[in-house]
Amino acid sequence: MDGPRLLLAKTESPPRAVATRDAYGDALAQLGAEDPDIVVLDADLAKSTKTIKFAERFPERFFEVGIAEQNLMGIAAGLALAGKKPFVSTFAVFGTGRAFEPLRNSIAYPALNVKICLSHAGVTVGEDGGSHQTVEDIALMRSLPNLTVVVPADAVETAQAVRAIHAHHGPVYLRMGRPSVPVIFDAEGYRFRLGRATVLREGRDVALMACGIMVSQALAAAERLAAEGIEALVLNVSTVKPLDEETVCAAAARTGAVVTCEEHSVIGGLGSAVAEVLGERRPTPMERVGIKDVFGESGTWKDLLKARGLTPDDIVSAARRVLRRKAD
Amino acid sequence: MSYPPDLIKRLQTHAYTIRRHSLIMTTRAASGHPSSSLSMAEIMAALYFHELRVDPRCPDWPERDRFVLSKGHGCPAQFAALAERGFFDRRELLTLRQLGSFLQGHPDLKTPGVEAATGSLGNGISIAVGMALAGKLDRRPWRVYTVIGDGECQEGMVWEAAMAAAHFRLDNLCALLDFNGLETDGPVREIMNPEPLDDKFRAFGWHVVEVDGHDLVQILDALAEARRTAGRPTMIIAHTVKGKGVSFMEHELDWHGKPASPEQLRQALAELDAWAAAAGLEPPPPLDGEA
Ligand SMILES: Cc1ncc(C[n+]2csc(CCOP(=O)(O)OP(=O)(O)O)c2C)c(N)n1
Ligand SMILES: [Mg+2]
Repeated sequence: MDGPRLLLAKTESPPRAVATRDAYGDALAQLGAEDPDIVVLDADLAKSTKTIKFAERFPERFFEVGIAEQNLMGIAAGLALAGKKPFVSTFAVFGTGRAFEPLRNSIAYPALNVKICLSHAGVTVGEDGGSHQTVEDIALMRSLPNLTVVVPADAVETAQAVRAIHAHHGPVYLRMGRPSVPVIFDAEGYRFRLGRATVLREGRDVALMACGIMVSQALAAAERLAAEGIEALVLNVSTVKPLDEETVCAAAARTGAVVTCEEHSVIGGLGSAVAEVLGERRPTPMERVGIKDVFGESGTWKDLLKARGLTPDDIVSAARRVLRRKAD
Repeated sequence: MSYPPDLIKRLQTHAYTIRRHSLIMTTRAASGHPSSSLSMAEIMAALYFHELRVDPRCPDWPERDRFVLSKGHGCPAQFAALAERGFFDRRELLTLRQLGSFLQGHPDLKTPGVEAATGSLGNGISIAVGMALAGKLDRRPWRVYTVIGDGECQEGMVWEAAMAAAHFRLDNLCALLDFNGLETDGPVREIMNPEPLDDKFRAFGWHVVEVDGHDLVQILDALAEARRTAGRPTMIIAHTVKGKGVSFMEHELDWHGKPASPEQLRQALAELDAWAAAAGLEPPPPLDGEA
């Protein structure tokens, strides 16, 4: 337990909370000073996606395309073909949904170096309601060849992921949320590595595999399980694609029971990705904590996590269920 | 403007060759869009053999002009032009649409000289806007060209791109509209009328020029005018005939996305050859395996 502990931030009370989109805006503005080839595009949501921070420092390299998400992707493709390194941002629902086809054909198919960094993903959008909350974006992006899919857990990981995807040549989807969420990682101790899942807590009874905001929920669930004498391994699967199959299989082998945790539909997201790999390589009893094939709705983001079954308690219940099946 | 007579003749010969190759390639592939290629043969000839500053020996030359075929299904004409311009061996044209070929059914980065993956209508003009934006950002003199279809103008994305091109004052961007009046299911006007296209693009902030899309002098003049136009992009509306040069394809709706049979190909090539001979054009370079 000593090794993994170093990765996590010292628990403050109340814990420091920062939105991943804020960390993105800051990281991008910093990176902009280092690489003059970076250009940033937004579709009238720069204040929300936080690309405004880059825009203020580098106005000549920031392009507002207006409310035209298809064109957002097309222009980014053209800029990339001319040697620029575009980062494009809007809300996840518009970037992966409205603009899906230009993203597919103009960016993913020719494997262009465009970073699609979308905020307001998942139900934690909150009050704006179901039209603005994605339950399907990971599924959509994960199904596209050439595309890498990254779902950082907190602000620290987001900042590191922005640098990592910048260093990676090729299209990437970076999924971010709206609300301020607990900072769980120690900026000195944690190292995000693209394509690698990270064990945050060792355990031999059950493996909780999570991404995004559900990583902190899984850590909280692991604490509660520990109080019951159940040792839960917590795996941060921040790169959903390509999936770190070795680490996923090793964690499944070590524990013999898996719970996936994601703020996304149980269809097509992290749970599906893990099930696909384990089904073929290491069949293991498993439960998927996620959105049960329904859309979102209005509410505070915290109430929505409860309403959609995305709390530490939900993870604990799933762990108990899977442990019963493991015992059978 | 006046041009050396041999220039126009040379370009006509290229257009003739592009037509022949497009027909042969699509018959060989037993699929593809010959009539959509025929309507833009002069446009391809004017671009690849006069207007575009490109270097076939160095397709990635950073200072080159860029061309994006937004109506990607017309790519047999582009591929024929690229081969004749020296980007690859013309015999490759006969591999069009075959497994493993670098000549895909629609433009793809696999092909030397192809600048963008297109084929989904509306995408190409948007990509061209992005390229032109990059050129402006770096203050480079290279220019960006794109060809769009009239049916394609029904795509909302075309207008998103048109708005952005004018907003960003992309006078390094020149689009040509292959105005042949037909799309897949019928006449463009009857399917969903996008006209008046000249007024629409003007209202969107473009400089608009109208030409006969089979008249090389008019095309060259318009391209020169586009180069002189400062502060806004230029749309060259080229009035064309779908299937141009082949009597049974001209204006014919049923020929969209349909290759000629080997027998029809012989007839089509005979017609083109007779027309070219009458016009005093050089015989074109033959493709191996020509019917
Ligand atoms: C987004 C999209 N929808 C549909 C198609 C199928 N399609 C291919 S060509 C075509 C008609 C194009 O008509 P037009 O733009 O007038 O081109 P033309 O062949 O007449 O030059 C259609 C509908 C497509 N390629 N892309
Ligand atoms: Mg047409």
